[in-house]
Amino acid sequence: MRIINRHPSRAVYVLLAALPFIALAVVYSIGSYERLSVNPADKILPSVTQMMLTMKEYMFVADKRTGHYLFWSDTAISLWRLACGMAISIAISLVVGVAAGFIPWIRALVQPFVAAFSLIPPITILPILFILVGLEEASKITLIAVGTAPLMLRAVALAVEDIPREMIVKAQTLGASTWQMVTRVVLPQVLPKLIVATRFALIPAWIFLISAEAIAAVSGLGYRIFLVRRFLAMDVIIPYVIWITLLAWIMDISLAMLQRRLFPWFQPEQKS
Amino acid sequence: MTAVVLEKIWKEYGDQIVLENIDIRIESGSFVALVGPSGCGKTTLLKMLLGEEKPTTGRILLDGTPLKPEPDWDRGVVFQRYSVFPHLTVLGNVLVGREFEQSLFWGRLFGDKRRRAIEDARALLKAVGLSDHENKFPAALSGGMQQRLALAQALMRKPKVLLLDEPFGALDPGIRAEVHAVMNELWMAEGITVVMVTHDLSEAFRLGTRVIALERRRNRPEEKERYGATIAHDITVWPPKKQNVLNGSAAALAPTSATLSASAALH
Repeated sequence: MRIINRHPSRAVYVLLAALPFIALAVVYSIGSYERLSVNPADKILPSVTQMMLTMKEYMFVADKRTGHYLFWSDTAISLWRLACGMAISIAISLVVGVAAGFIPWIRALVQPFVAAFSLIPPITILPILFILVGLEEASKITLIAVGTAPLMLRAVALAVEDIPREMIVKAQTLGASTWQMVTRVVLPQVLPKLIVATRFALIPAWIFLISAEAIAAVSGLGYRIFLVRRFLAMDVIIPYVIWITLLAWIMDISLAMLQRRLFPWFQPEQKS
Repeated sequence: MTAVVLEKIWKEYGDQIVLENIDIRIESGSFVALVGPSGCGKTTLLKMLLGEEKPTTGRILLDGTPLKPEPDWDRGVVFQRYSVFPHLTVLGNVLVGREFEQSLFWGRLFGDKRRRAIEDARALLKAVGLSDHENKFPAALSGGMQQRLALAQALMRKPKVLLLDEPFGALDPGIRAEVHAVMNELWMAEGITVVMVTHDLSEAFRLGTRVIALERRRNRPEEKERYGATIAHDITVWPPKKQNVLNGSAAALAPTSATLSASAALH
C-alpha cells in the first residue's frame, strides 16, 4: 500500500504528535546535563530544576525593589498592551473594513491608502511613535495597532466582498436600507471571519509587542527577557519564551472555540 | 390590470447587442416563464426587472410607474443559489423582511409586532412545508428545502412581482417535482405575479400561464454581434390555470396581500 494512503490510528497519531516535543526536551536535557557536569556554574543550558527554582522565585517572591511578583506583573502588563492594541485594531478594521468592503465610494477612498500604508515595515515607525507619543504605553499599543490594523482591515473588507452578490440583492428586495444590510446581513457574516483574522493578526502582534518592550520599557515579558539577557540568565529566558508560546497558543484555541460557539452556522472551507 | 410593462427594451454591452426590441405586457396574477437557449439574454432581462441592470433604451413600468433603478421590496427574488441568509434560522430568514420594513434602525422587532410577524411567518412556513424546521440553520436543510424557504422569505414582504432566476435548476428531479407543487400552490393561493427564467421547457409549461421564448433570429458568426435575441414565441398555456384568490385562502394565509389579490381577481 502506498504511504499516502496509510493513516495512523488515534493512539499512534497522539504519539507521533508528541514525539518532536519529547525529542526536543530529551536533547535539551542531555545537553544541559553534559555542560553542567563539566561546569556546575554554567548558565547557558540550565537544568529543568534550576529553571523551576528561578520561576518559583519570579512567581511567588515579591521583587525587593518594586514589591511586584515579577512573573505575574510582567504577564499582566504585556497582555494589557496586547489587548489594547488588538482592540484598537479590531475596532478600526470593523468600521473601516466594512465600509470599504460595502460602499464603493469609501472603497475608492480607503483601499489604495491602506495598501500603501500596509507596506511600511511597522517597526520602522517605532522611532516616530517614540517622538510623537513618548516612551510610555501609548507608543507600544500604537505599534501593535499600526502593525495589525491594515492586515485585519483588508481581511474584513475581503470578507465583505466575499458575500455573494445574490444575498445583497436579496436583502434589497426585502426592503433593507444600507444600514440595515450592514447590521443584519454584513456584520453577522463578517464576525466569524474577523475572529479568523484576529487569530492570524495575533502572530505579528506578539512580535511587535516583544520588540517594543525590548527597545523601550520598564516592564513586560519582552522587557524581562531582554533585560536578563545581559546576565546570560537562560533560566529566566527559556521559561519566559515557553510561557509566551503557551499564552499565544491559549489565545488561539480560545478564539477558535469562541468562533464555533458563537457562530454555529459558520463552516469555513479550510480546516483551522 | 397590467403589472409589468416592458417597452421596446434594447440591451447592448459595447458593440454587442444582447436583447432587441423586447415588448411584453405582463398581466397581474399571471405566471410568465422566460425560456431560451443559454446566452440568449433571459437572465439579463430578469436583472433589468430586478434593477441590477439598466436597459440601453426602452423602459420598464411596474404598476404604471417607471421602475426604480435598484432592487427594492416591490420586486421579490429567488436565485438558484445564495437566496437565504446562512446566519439566520429558518424562522429568522422569513421574519427578516418584516423586520426591515418595520424597524428602520434596529432591524429587529419586539413585543406585539414581533408576535404578529412570527404568526405570519409561521403561516408561510406551513405553506411551504417547513413548519418542523423553524429553528434550523439553512446549512442543515436540503437544497429543495432551502429553495422553499427562499420562496417563503420573498413572499413575506409581499412583492408586486416575484422574480425567479432558475430557482429549481440545481435540484434533483424528484425534489424538483415536489418544489413545483409548492410553487404552484403558493401562486394559486397568494395571488402573486411571477416571472421565472428557466431553461427547462417542461417546467415552464407546468408552472406558467404564459411561456415566452427568447431567441436570436440571426446566428451566423459575422452577424452575431449586431443582432440580439428577441421574442420568438409567446404562448398562452392551455389549459388555463386559475388563482384561487376568491375563496379567501389568500387572505387567510397573508392578510395584507388581500388588496393585491382582490385587484388581481377583478381581471
